[in-house]
Amino acid sequence: MSLTISDLCIARGGVAVLEGLSFSLEPGQALILRGPNGIGKTTLLRTIAGLQPPVSGVVEGGDETIAYAGHSDGIKPTLTVAENLTFWAKVFGAEGIDAAIAAFDLEILRDRPAGELSAGQKRRLGLSRMLVTGRPIWVLDEPTVSLDVKSVAMFADAVRAHLGQGGSALIATHIDLGLDSEVLEVGPYKAKLPAIDDFDGGFL
Amino acid sequence: MIALLMRDLRLAMRAGGGFGLGLAFFLIVTVMVPLSVGPQAALLGSIAPGVLWLGALLACLLSLDRLLALDWEDGSLDLLATAPLPLEATVSIKALAHWITTGLPLVLAAPVLGVLLNLPVPGFKWVLVSLLLGTPALSVIGTFGAALTVGLKRGGLLMSLLVMPLYMPTLIFGAEVARRGAISMEVQTPLLMLAGISAASIALLPFASAAVLRINLR
Repeated sequence: MSLTISDLCIARGGVAVLEGLSFSLEPGQALILRGPNGIGKTTLLRTIAGLQPPVSGVVEGGDETIAYAGHSDGIKPTLTVAENLTFWAKVFGAEGIDAAIAAFDLEILRDRPAGELSAGQKRRLGLSRMLVTGRPIWVLDEPTVSLDVKSVAMFADAVRAHLGQGGSALIATHIDLGLDSEVLEVGPYKAKLPAIDDFDGGFL
Repeated sequence: MIALLMRDLRLAMRAGGGFGLGLAFFLIVTVMVPLSVGPQAALLGSIAPGVLWLGALLACLLSLDRLLALDWEDGSLDLLATAPLPLEATVSIKALAHWITTGLPLVLAAPVLGVLLNLPVPGFKWVLVSLLLGTPALSVIGTFGAALTVGLKRGGLLMSLLVMPLYMPTLIFGAEVARRGAISMEVQTPLLMLAGISAASIALLPFASAAVLRINLR
């Protein structure tokens, strides 16, 4: 399942941030997005995940194939680690959560309420959700925030295993994950036109 | 879908989930009415159906701001929007979970509280029936209001202002069923209108809620 982006222009708050962006993501491939703060990496990932429409251009192959993980992990603090993960597994129709628990070393935390976890442990729980989605394209926004060196390696291993199974990953990150991946610098695609004139754009 | 319903019910039961808050509010409001009106049994009996309906409506309103806001805050709503579940189904399930945790307890408590208000005997049945028919509409309309204001800081008050006018038709016909029932009058016309409002809200509003949610999630 490949993802193709052609001539994409995206906007945040009615202001175009990136334009003329084209790339494609093949099975087994990982693509790292880099660029300065505010350039529009998160907006790009949300557009690809289908949470907001592009101003122009096309995202192909992104329907029902993308597992998205944003800045927030979507964890319910009063549910246990296993309950949180089981919920997402059921939503995505996946079988069991044991592989995901093992991949991110959550076994000893299994029955702890997620609200009692540390920031790094929560992030690991959030990332383990990707494994239970069973979707081929991972779209990850700053996945390594608050992870320690060991957990980053754990995450890199999970991504590598995912690529090995024919999946692909699009990751916005500033650190080196040690993956055999291409890097896309989005800085040069910064939009030149200042603002879009569509005051009712939100309703279209 | 069942997973989402079970999760929402479980969250409501856990600490801080807010289960029972609406019910407690309903209880306190109805207890305060006789205190403010005074010990006039005949007057209380004639206003009882309206008071019960208004109390249930306000109790319902009270719990709406948590309906989608909590999921929005912790990012679950973004993740649910990218999940295989259509957003229309997600908001319908959330409304159903709200009805089970808030609406249904209110329906069951209303006849008990009717005693405190000296509700005439024929009225008990019709208060129960009208609330049973009307509260699903309150939950679905409330979900629409919650979807409109999700992501706004201090959106709770704005949501109340938006939702209360939308509650009016339900209140008018619901309270009318209960009032007519209490004085043994014919209830068929308002009952049919109430059923129609509920059926139309349940059928149409999830699409509107999902549409505004998509805009708010951008």
